[in-house]
Amino acid sequence: MLQAISSRVISSLLVIVGSLTLVFCIFYLLPGDPVLSMVDPTSVSPEVIENLRHQLGLDRPFHERLLAYFGDMLTGDFGRSIVGSEPVLPKILAQVPATLLLTAASALIAVAVGVSLGVLSAVRKGGIIDFVARVVGLFGISMPTFWSGILLILIFSVQLRLLPAMGSDGFATLILPAVALGFVGAGSIVRMVRGSMLDVLNEPFVTTLRAKGLREGSVNYKHALRSALIPAVTLIGMQIGDMLAGTVIIETVFSRQGVGRILADAIMAKDLPVVQGIVFFTAILYVGINLLVDLSYAAIDPRVRRKGA
Amino acid sequence: MKNSAAIAKSVAERSAAAPRREGRRKAGRRFRFGAAELLTGLAVLTVVFLAACALFPRLIAPFSPTDMNTAAILQAPSSIHFFGTDYFGRDVFSLVVYGTRDSLLIGVSAVAVGVLIGGTIGALSGYIGGRTDTVLMRLIDVLLTVPGILLALAIAAALGPGLRNIVLAIAVSSVPGYARVMRGQIMTIRKRGYVFASRALGARPSAVLLKHVLPNSLAPLLVMATLGLGTSILAGAGLSFLGLGVIKEIPDWGALLSQGRGYLTVAWWICTFPGLAITLFVLSVNVIGDHWRDAVDPKRKGRG
Repeated sequence: MLQAISSRVISSLLVIVGSLTLVFCIFYLLPGDPVLSMVDPTSVSPEVIENLRHQLGLDRPFHERLLAYFGDMLTGDFGRSIVGSEPVLPKILAQVPATLLLTAASALIAVAVGVSLGVLSAVRKGGIIDFVARVVGLFGISMPTFWSGILLILIFSVQLRLLPAMGSDGFATLILPAVALGFVGAGSIVRMVRGSMLDVLNEPFVTTLRAKGLREGSVNYKHALRSALIPAVTLIGMQIGDMLAGTVIIETVFSRQGVGRILADAIMAKDLPVVQGIVFFTAILYVGINLLVDLSYAAIDPRVRRKGA
Repeated sequence: MKNSAAIAKSVAERSAAAPRREGRRKAGRRFRFGAAELLTGLAVLTVVFLAACALFPRLIAPFSPTDMNTAAILQAPSSIHFFGTDYFGRDVFSLVVYGTRDSLLIGVSAVAVGVLIGGTIGALSGYIGGRTDTVLMRLIDVLLTVPGILLALAIAAALGPGLRNIVLAIAVSSVPGYARVMRGQIMTIRKRGYVFASRALGARPSAVLLKHVLPNSLAPLLVMATLGLGTSILAGAGLSFLGLGVIKEIPDWGALLSQGRGYLTVAWWICTFPGLAITLFVLSVNVIGDHWRDAVDPKRKGRG
């Protein structure tokens, strides 16, 4: 068990190094001068461009840049914002709680709706719950979050005046964005859990349990569900990662504070150090979430516990 | 010797043909009540209609998308302006029709580029195996360390706004999925009897790959590409919504929606209809993709 955890942690660290390299490659190796994409060369003097290039370390050779970049990032120096010239990391950290709160609330909705609807629809295949589940599944993966968010605002804020359309103070402002973001995750999870549950219900061990005279409820919700959740858990982890990334759009739609919002603003302002810092920071959170998900396997899958793999 | 070669050849031909027949039989058996077929039919019609909008917007849109009728600003949907008008007096229905082209273009090209790169990497990785496989798959793993939407966003931000850059960004972020599916499929197919038979006949590895392995490995990749088209359109609209698209006279759906956001309280229709267009298209593509996947994947029979 301990060995399994430590090997997972080590591979997560490798993944972080990988994502660091990826972010570096995106921002420093792609064709196109990052400086020119940040400022308009016709309106800015050559000295400013030269200064910026120096500030970003673009005048140094490649290997030096990569090493310096690794060093900076791992010591928490994410550089300075071009626009406000404040350090990037504190700017991000200040917004993290708001974004994590939104992600957690969305994940809660997605998992609760996704898993329960998915399981019920597989158990009562062809019934009304199955129909609802399939509609949620299809619409969930087909609706753009910025549109479902806007529809929610139109219905609950503009028409019914029940919930605030924007802002980030208090529980009431959290509901609409979390529902909009959670619905997408719910769609994917419903589809996955339903399929996985249907597969499991067809397996011989389920027939055996029934033949042994177990009650239907026990077969479905104790034995089959556990088995069906194993493949779903990986997807849930990835969905939470996607929801984390999806906050960029949702925080913009609902004018909420958060990492996603400053990312969207930084993109508009072509503030690449901020964009870069947030992408890397989100990648770390993503790795962390997936690590937790992997470790939770041990809790639901006895095979993993025994093998220690 | 010649005789054994002939037998091997006929075995190869027969087994190469077998998977196709299998797929067709299952496709026929799956839908008993026709409700699913009706849904798929509707989805196909929607896709055909939207494709027509993209190709011949002039024939479908009643107004020019750039016509600014100052006498009809922010009008609600009516029999003249089906989807209402915006703050310049432009006809929203015509804007949506004309916006189809760029919106679909982003999605379709991103999928095409993604499938081409991902499929090639996956095929080489699965067929050659060994160290090539390890290296290519580690590269793919690196791409997977950042969530797809964020990866596309980062690439688009680094490249700067523009249609081509959006396509590239979405394509790259979709490469890992296609590469993995292709690799897995190739690894199964290359162990089939007809592949061994073809090798035994002395066919060159490249010929075996192109003539036997690849054609029989394509189905899951194409199904995934269909479902991926929905994802790519959503991603494209999202990037466009965030302002990474091109500022054009005729906005695509994402940009149109973003423009209408400022008028939410006075004109719900400007945001609602482009979003509806995105949803309808993606929904249809997903319905078609689901149908096709169920038909191709024998494991999914009876899931209906």
